[in-house]
Amino acid sequence: MDTQSLENKATEVPKYTRKDFLATEPRWCVGCGTYATFNAMTRVFLNSGIAREKFAVISGIGCSSRLPYYSNTYGFHTIHGRAPTVAAGVKGANPDLNVWVVTGDGDGLSIGGNHFLHMMRRNPNIKVVLFNNQIYGLTKGQTSPTSPLGTKTKSAPYGSLDRPMHPLTVALGAGATFAARVPDTDNEMLFEVLRAAQEHQGVAIVEVLINCVIFNDGVFTPLTDKNSRSETTIKLEAGKPLIFGTDNDKGIVMKSDRPEVIKIDALGPQNPDIIVHDPGNPNAGYAFMLAEMGSENLPVPFGILRQVEDHVYQYPPRQPSEDKLKRVLQGASAWVREADGSVQSLER
Amino acid sequence: MQQSVSTNTGAKETGTSSGKKSVGIESSVIRFAGDSGDGMQIVGDQFTNTSAVSGYFFATLPDFPSEIRAPAGTVFGVSGFQVCVGGREIYTPGDQYDVLLAMNPAALKVNLANVKDKGIILVNEDAFIPKNIQKAGYTDNPLNAPELESFHLIRVPMSKMAQQALKGSSLSPREVERCKNFFALGLIYWLYNHNPDYTKKWIEKKFKSRPAIMEANLTVFGAGLEYAASNESFTHSFAIKRGARELKAGVYRNVSGNQAAALGLIAAAQKAGINLYLGSYPITPATDIMQELSKHRDYATVFQAEDEIAAIGAALGASFAGCLAATTTSGPGFSLKAEFMNLALMVELPMVIIDVQRAGPSTGLPTKTEQSDMLQALWGRHGESPLPVVASSSPKDCFDTVFEAARLAVKYMTPVIVLSEGYLGNGAEVWRVPEMEELPAIPVNFRTDPDNFLPYERNPETLARPWAIPGTKGLEHRLGGLEKEDKTGIVSQSPKNHEKMVGLRAAKVARIAQDIPPMEIFGSPDADILVLGWGGTEGAIKSAVRNLNSEGVKVASAHLRFINPFPADLESLLKKYKKVLLPENNTGQLWYRLRAEYLIDTERLNKVQGQPFRIDEIEAKIRSML
Repeated sequence: MDTQSLENKATEVPKYTRKDFLATEPRWCVGCGTYATFNAMTRVFLNSGIAREKFAVISGIGCSSRLPYYSNTYGFHTIHGRAPTVAAGVKGANPDLNVWVVTGDGDGLSIGGNHFLHMMRRNPNIKVVLFNNQIYGLTKGQTSPTSPLGTKTKSAPYGSLDRPMHPLTVALGAGATFAARVPDTDNEMLFEVLRAAQEHQGVAIVEVLINCVIFNDGVFTPLTDKNSRSETTIKLEAGKPLIFGTDNDKGIVMKSDRPEVIKIDALGPQNPDIIVHDPGNPNAGYAFMLAEMGSENLPVPFGILRQVEDHVYQYPPRQPSEDKLKRVLQGASAWVREADGSVQSLER
Repeated sequence: MQQSVSTNTGAKETGTSSGKKSVGIESSVIRFAGDSGDGMQIVGDQFTNTSAVSGYFFATLPDFPSEIRAPAGTVFGVSGFQVCVGGREIYTPGDQYDVLLAMNPAALKVNLANVKDKGIILVNEDAFIPKNIQKAGYTDNPLNAPELESFHLIRVPMSKMAQQALKGSSLSPREVERCKNFFALGLIYWLYNHNPDYTKKWIEKKFKSRPAIMEANLTVFGAGLEYAASNESFTHSFAIKRGARELKAGVYRNVSGNQAAALGLIAAAQKAGINLYLGSYPITPATDIMQELSKHRDYATVFQAEDEIAAIGAALGASFAGCLAATTTSGPGFSLKAEFMNLALMVELPMVIIDVQRAGPSTGLPTKTEQSDMLQALWGRHGESPLPVVASSSPKDCFDTVFEAARLAVKYMTPVIVLSEGYLGNGAEVWRVPEMEELPAIPVNFRTDPDNFLPYERNPETLARPWAIPGTKGLEHRLGGLEKEDKTGIVSQSPKNHEKMVGLRAAKVARIAQDIPPMEIFGSPDADILVLGWGGTEGAIKSAVRNLNSEGVKVASAHLRFINPFPADLESLLKKYKKVLLPENNTGQLWYRLRAEYLIDTERLNKVQGQPFRIDEIEAKIRSML
């Protein structure tokens, strides 16, 4: 547990309302999924029992990265792709702060891909919300690193030529200790997952599937529409079997080395072959497998894929003293020059 | 005149040692040269530290190739360490060598041109075998060549002597061979009447865990001393004369520019009463600053970032959170940091950015020095982006400039660029360690009062905005790179506001001129010619001016620490002189800026060879202007 958690608990904080956490009314496009995500974040903040001034929200550049301007916390709208670097400095300078990074698929995975990887591997106690809309919104509709192959965009009018990346597999490959995926349509799940992220000790990455109403409208509809989502997605709950389907009639089992969908038979959900979700699985391969699901007839998992404890990046406390400072400045081999010009070694 | 006194000019016999003559000298330049793996940096350091504890002054310059272990025996693999040692204060590591130690033919080839006429060339004869001679690019053994006749050549079979001294030891032949640098050091110690105790103790400590190696090095070191004392090729030794002028009493140390920069940051943070945070990424020749700070974790939080951009980004985050933040780099990294420098300027947070310049463009000559990032520091960012720039002039001055940069950064709430140079960063000299109470105060007043808080309200004297750090109740605010309204900091696209903000940011930097002391003149008070320098040229310029003054030539020099803003009195100073000479290790960057600023015509002296100026190059140019 780092000093953040100790500090958080020690402080008496006022009862906040949503208004207290609102700097100004957001100005995203009407219908954009960023609103729901922002609201869920705000709910987490104001219900956390942590003083408002202890939050620092750091973003890069893009639609979602405007978020700090709307949150009445400390905020920093930095430069494209680099929010994790600034966040690392804020957290390193003051571990008492609750540092949140707001990024997008272009910001976090394309121009800022390197920083994203290293934030995951270092495992600082920083929370990352990645708004994935599979498109560049603020520059008005170009292919992003998560746009599916063949997506027609302004920069790829004949269809994109590059394969997309999955944010969570990248994060897990780099060592993420908390990885989750949520759609922008499920307010409760957004809140629960973001709250779990806030409480996690270490880096937490939450991928939110955002519907860009202007440049990529409907791209996640099969996953969010009432009529299809129970067949196309699966809700992850720790300790519960991986079951989905309109009639909860499908389960996920491992067949040899790969997941497969089975019809729930006479054994029912108690079928021991059906995988029981364990986000604490020390083997990241399990979460990686979940993160990859979505092709063939496998559903896309929503919820917390991985949540494990590991070494958290932090600095040991400083113990300066006047004598130490003298030694630091004088180095290992200084000498004293007396007023009469005589010289004596200060060898240590 | 420190640099030119050698074995043959003006030296007087002053005594005897080992029954041989000892010649009094004022100063001497020694160049240690060998393969990268020959341990030349170690013997150079030993010689320097013994000089220090003996009360002598020195300036040093290591000169290594950019390959870590280039093929042995080739000219690409030659590593050098140069030291000028004397009884009075030393300004530069010297131009030409009184003594060259060459461990192989390649080392001789690379360094021969800089040995003084009649200077001593001390060679490891055993390395001059046909294979090495060929690798160095010679056709015949250079030791027999007539061109060496004008020098005092001393051939010593160093490898054989090391073997002989270690006869019967348990060491492998390879380990025995590796001891020969201490044999060479023994020879040099005898030559300069250096006390061997310091080095003996060092060997004992360094190889404590490997007693066989320790014993071997001690034996070989002693054998070197004895060899020189008894062998007739060593006709005389040198006794360095103590200078008449004594320096202030106090604690002194040997400090490289990079160490001094690191210590300057530590001292500044201590004076400011806040934590020091460094974001950095390894890059030659700046890495030593990060490594020095990493040693002192009670005084510095060091973040080794994934790249140059992350390094400055983290520093900016730490500055936002209330640390004295710094980032250190060299040319290529300095280019990568440009966008973040602009963000730091835009959000008006303090930061020290140290660029230890190397020869560019691109990867250039990573281990060689240059002063060619000045215009980039001034103008190498998009938009109207004025930043204060200060330049270090000597290794120890890196402490003072970095400290001053930190003080100004905090006072004016702005990033400040420090231009150091590879020559300064790696070079070292004697430095009097300051007491903390001698250093200027760096007041930090974090804003705590929430009443009427405006993130961009300005101090009327400095135009600095308040530093309000996360965690402070009631001061929650948002920063960003978008143009903002003055005072409130609210994002603004208004045309008039943008112009106002551009002006405010420039005015703030311009006001730093009120903190700059008047220019100082060195040399003749009634000179017609002024040599104006900046950065690492100071030692060579001062030496040239002093030499010419002693000949009766009326010339003076002045040195710029502040590249932006310029000192208020610079223009009037320059206009006082008939001629102004600007020596620079670039193609004329200060020349260009002075012309643009003051419409003053100045004479240029430019050198872009990856090497600092020699004193005689500056002297010759001044003479040509008389």
